[in-house]
Amino acid sequence: MIQISPFVTDCRQILEGIFVLSFRSAEIARNAAPGQFVNIRCGDGCLPLLRRPFSISRIEDDSIELLFSVVGKGTSLLSQKRPGEPLDVLGPLGMPFKIHGPYETAILVGGGLGAAPFPFLTDVLLRENKKVLTVVGARSVKQLTVRHLLNVQLATDDGSQGFRGTVIDLLKTIVPNDGSNSTKIFGCGPTKMLSALSEFARVRGMECELSLEGDMACGMGLCQGCPVERSDGKKKYSLVCVEGPTFNSKDIILR
Amino acid sequence: MIKESFSLRGVEFKNRVLVASGTFGYGDEVKDLVDVNKLGGICTKSLSWKPRDGNPPHRIVETTGGMLNSIGLANIGVHAFIEQKLPYLRSLDTTIIVNIAASSIQEYCDVLSLLEKYDAVDGYEINVSCPNVKEGGLNFGTNCSMTREITSRLRALTNKPLLMKLTPNVTHISEFAKAVEDAGADAISVINTLIGMAVDIHARKPRLSTVTGGLSGPAIKPIALAKVYEVAQAVKIPIIGIGGIMTAEDAVEFLLVGASAVQVGTANFIDPSTGVKVAEGLRSFAENEGLSDVGQLVRALQSDVKFSILQSWL
Repeated sequence: MIQISPFVTDCRQILEGIFVLSFRSAEIARNAAPGQFVNIRCGDGCLPLLRRPFSISRIEDDSIELLFSVVGKGTSLLSQKRPGEPLDVLGPLGMPFKIHGPYETAILVGGGLGAAPFPFLTDVLLRENKKVLTVVGARSVKQLTVRHLLNVQLATDDGSQGFRGTVIDLLKTIVPNDGSNSTKIFGCGPTKMLSALSEFARVRGMECELSLEGDMACGMGLCQGCPVERSDGKKKYSLVCVEGPTFNSKDIILR
Repeated sequence: MIKESFSLRGVEFKNRVLVASGTFGYGDEVKDLVDVNKLGGICTKSLSWKPRDGNPPHRIVETTGGMLNSIGLANIGVHAFIEQKLPYLRSLDTTIIVNIAASSIQEYCDVLSLLEKYDAVDGYEINVSCPNVKEGGLNFGTNCSMTREITSRLRALTNKPLLMKLTPNVTHISEFAKAVEDAGADAISVINTLIGMAVDIHARKPRLSTVTGGLSGPAIKPIALAKVYEVAQAVKIPIIGIGGIMTAEDAVEFLLVGASAVQVGTANFIDPSTGVKVAEGLRSFAENEGLSDVGQLVRALQSDVKFSILQSWL
């Protein structure tokens, strides 16, 4: 974990309200792994006060790319950054996805901007000689981005593109009912989707890792503000920021 | 060389800037980012006798210029603290103040008595002011005779510095300050968080799982300054000012109105090295003012208004 002030190298809108921002950091590029995030101070005053967490979407050489949608003051300010402007970045933070294992195929399941960490994940999975299949769902085609994703199947709630229905419904048409030991699911998206995905994997006995979002003040384990309930009884809660944001779906209870 | 240090009951703090309980973990989480040895002191996360899970999510919500929290004193318990955290804290060259929270007077006494065996613990800060737990917390901190009793019971158990951390959620905080001074406290930490609330208007639900939580951050600084000022008129023992400090200039304000030292809290979540920066800025400010001791800023407010007149407003 380092705190740095890199310059923005690029920031542009790729879909309505959805932006890609890049900056350079050799140290973060060298040390980060898929599923980890950076915590960015979007303004320099008290509005907003706290940093905003963003999963690392892609790394190319020493360029770090973030994919985000504008949802409030912080992301609005960030979307207005221009090349050459300084950023205040803490990272890389959190525990990465567990890539290693005997499985042959990784199915990446994303809901909307939940697909943000998948380009980075895809690159590393390919390096590990895994096959990658990507399933992305969104409310409509307006929120769908498949930049740098591989073997993509789409689902939209309104049927404006791809399968009409949820990403889980689509997944059911792809994965056989008895599941498969040679497949591992990686999921990222809204809690409701992750909860359904967790159940999908449980019923089929499939390995499934989820990346969660949590309201957090610090991202470093200082504030204890981002608990997720554990299912194993070892303790009641884990912190999303330092013990996550990636968890084995069996270890947590999503409400 | 300008003097930065101060002492409480013979324990020296290398400067007047500490990090507040609950905002710096147990000191080891951010050791890669911050030179913690440049801090005046570390107040640990509140410890109870047994570990506490804390409250269900959501525990955090950002508000205008501040944040609400409802952590519920999640902590590893004093035994795990001694085993897992104290050895690291012992290795540091800064003053370690262990914050204690409890749901009974006996529990406060048990935790403090156990910690008395360890030299690495330089002093205690007693949390009688957490707004986010059902038992203890504010039940104690809003009851003046209870606050006095806890102070005197703990005073009898230790010769180390005893800081009492007070809540602003009372009518006259100065009455509580007088009570703990009478009961033998060495210093008073002012203030803990203010009770606050935020609402999700679409779901028509409170944003925190416990409905209300504790407000902190720059939004509360003017209130905290007024509370420190009020307490400073009522007691002679040192006051540790807390509430929304982000910069050295903020810290100077607290010293002027009566604080002998300050704690940086919420700012640590944004930049864990804020405390170190505030300490350096405080020294520069005092140097530029031509002072030989940062302490010359303490209670140095120039005001023609007599406190007796202000009292009718407070």
